[in-house]
Amino acid sequence: MSELNAQLEHPVYNYKVVRQFAIMTVIWGIVGMLVGVLIAAQLVWPELSFNQPWFSFGRLRPLHTNAVIFAFGGSALFATSYYVVQRTTQSRLISDKLASFTFWGWQLVIVLAAISLPMGLTSSKEYAELIWPIDVLIAIVWVAYAFVFFGTITKRKVSHIYVANWFFGSFIITVAVLHIINSAVLPVNWSMGYSIYAGTADAMVQWWYGHNAVGFFLTAGFLGMMYYFVPKQAERPVYSYRLSIVHFWALVAVYIWAGPHHLHYTALPDWAQGVGMVMSLILLAPSWGGMINGIMTLSGAWHKLRSDPILRFLVVSLSFYGMSTFEGPMMSIKTVNSLSHYTDWTIGHVHSGALGWVAMISIGSLYHLIPVLFGKEKMYSTDLINTHFWMSTIGTVLYIASMWVNGILQGLMWRAYNQDGTLTYTFVESLVASYPGYMVRLAGGLIFFLGMLLMAYNVYMTVRGDSKEAANTQAAAA
Amino acid sequence: MSSFWSNWVIILTSITIIGITWLLFANRKKDKNAGETTGHVYDGIEEYDNPLPAWWFFMFTITIVWGLGYLAAYPGMGNYKGFLGWTQEGQHDEEVAKAEAKYRAMRDRYLALPVEEIARDPAVLKMGQRLFGNNCAQCHGADARGGYGFPNLTDNDWLWGGTPAAIKHTLINGRQAAMPAWGSVLGEQGIKEMTAHLLNLNNRSVDPALAAAGAEKFGLYCAACHMPDGTGNQMMGAPNLTNGIWLYGGSESDIAQTLRAGRNGMMPAQAKLLSEDRIHILTAYVYSLSHKEG
Repeated sequence: MSELNAQLEHPVYNYKVVRQFAIMTVIWGIVGMLVGVLIAAQLVWPELSFNQPWFSFGRLRPLHTNAVIFAFGGSALFATSYYVVQRTTQSRLISDKLASFTFWGWQLVIVLAAISLPMGLTSSKEYAELIWPIDVLIAIVWVAYAFVFFGTITKRKVSHIYVANWFFGSFIITVAVLHIINSAVLPVNWSMGYSIYAGTADAMVQWWYGHNAVGFFLTAGFLGMMYYFVPKQAERPVYSYRLSIVHFWALVAVYIWAGPHHLHYTALPDWAQGVGMVMSLILLAPSWGGMINGIMTLSGAWHKLRSDPILRFLVVSLSFYGMSTFEGPMMSIKTVNSLSHYTDWTIGHVHSGALGWVAMISIGSLYHLIPVLFGKEKMYSTDLINTHFWMSTIGTVLYIASMWVNGILQGLMWRAYNQDGTLTYTFVESLVASYPGYMVRLAGGLIFFLGMLLMAYNVYMTVRGDSKEAANTQAAAA
Repeated sequence: MSSFWSNWVIILTSITIIGITWLLFANRKKDKNAGETTGHVYDGIEEYDNPLPAWWFFMFTITIVWGLGYLAAYPGMGNYKGFLGWTQEGQHDEEVAKAEAKYRAMRDRYLALPVEEIARDPAVLKMGQRLFGNNCAQCHGADARGGYGFPNLTDNDWLWGGTPAAIKHTLINGRQAAMPAWGSVLGEQGIKEMTAHLLNLNNRSVDPALAAAGAEKFGLYCAACHMPDGTGNQMMGAPNLTNGIWLYGGSESDIAQTLRAGRNGMMPAQAKLLSEDRIHILTAYVYSLSHKEG
């Protein structure tokens, strides 16, 4: 491997750490989505927990969310931010050693999560389940990441800072703040600590964190990715610098307020719910700014969509991004929320963002990145990328459509009442009615997962040898 | 909220909304530079400086205006209540009052009638079944036949009594059953003997010598609650041990475990969860389960 690395080393840039994170993105994507498919199957056939506590839905579900968000999404963000910051500042990462530390540190965090969560060790905070010693490790790795990223920006060889780096930078700073504040505990022993906040304040801090994990980890970070790979793949200038300024600052200023919409009609005071809802609605335009800037970058290059499945991944991911950032503000309206909250609609909303936006923009970016990193002209097979594109799109659509149906069905069944004032349905009746949706969701997730296996094969063949087309040409010539 | 924090919220909210409004309007300009790039080049990527799309600009403006309107009408700006005076408690109370106005009279009519009588009324039973499904079925099962640790409500075998008054008392106040642990008192040999005696009471084949020894100890330790003949005492929630109905399993090892470690049954009180008239209807429903007509 060291020989291979020496051979692939770029004269200026540190590609090694980018390669490491890029490969782990594919591997963690497969692992995380496999667990997702498994727990989707457990919701259809609960026997699949085999009565083993460590194999039960309650422990595997946080394993799934942590694996796809922080292992898959996190590795994709590390890989692309390290790549983009070097290419757009024209300077090497400020420290190879520290960059390498962030890689191994982050992988250690993931492995510790994969061990501790099935053991039932949890802080019980959603998307922040890891116990405090792992949280400390995350904080250390993240500070090192910030040092490498911003250190590299300080020694840039161009005067301006490219918009992709604004988004990556805001993501790195905000995630550090969110993680440290929300994870603050008084440790009781090595695996347990009590949150330093109490009651409703604890819930509010948790959802301030939770929603901005979506806003800064899964939105701002991936917009950074979008701002490099879309114009690069389309070979067109970014549509509007002006729009990028307005939507960047509006997005970071408004997102941070949106958390209370997770706590509508709870013990949270009315004023906090009201402010959270207003800001969530105002967030629509800043969110769409990124979609417009990405999609309009293609003007003059629309024909490329016919022949380039990588560009198709990127553009369709922006469409899903636009759809879920419309859906989010809508669901934050109290009237809508009183129907959608606690139903599968929320799960569908999350996955239109997670599969449609986050995963598809990452996959598209990786297909652009892998050949560059491994010194190849292009991916082994463009046809496989195209097949993967359709599997991802169909899988996502099946997933979110089934959860819309289930969510609205559940919301309506839970609130239906008879002429005598009693509820029409019991909870278990709404569960029985949800089974068809659970089956379709499982099918959608499975298709998406199988697409990731195709990607792994394509990446393996690209890293190993020449492209398929080149091999065919050679064969024909001989 | 103290006035300091109220002002804090108002000021931060205002700064944010004014700030993004300024940002939006300061960057709105006609397309004099359209089609030109900014001159920045990053790794080959250039940037146009196209104006903000008009429809997007208006959408953004409308959401801000709507937001200001909402914050004037509803709670949001710190301690300011909003001119509509809306609160979520108020909305809840209003909806409850509306429902009460509609349904209360009907339920009160039932409340005035004895349980035995309304337990024959199909309309009441239908209501009772829905109330049961949403409040009781989680433990007692949709068919009310119970399960391990949760009593069957259809077999006319009652731990705390099956009269309408007793059932209603159970619903309102809940019940706390306590079978003490006898492991240290009886010892393993004693538990073996007692188990044999209990099986014998249910006509199951046992070693007569063991059962006889158990019977002797039963009189000493168990009869106070379960009565000398083992038929139980509903005043204390002590089950009948002679009818083959076992809440925690009737196998030899299950019974031995109950004797060794004791059991704690807990029926939660519903007084604060369900209104009196609903409890009355539920009582009739539960009563009807073991008093089927013809």
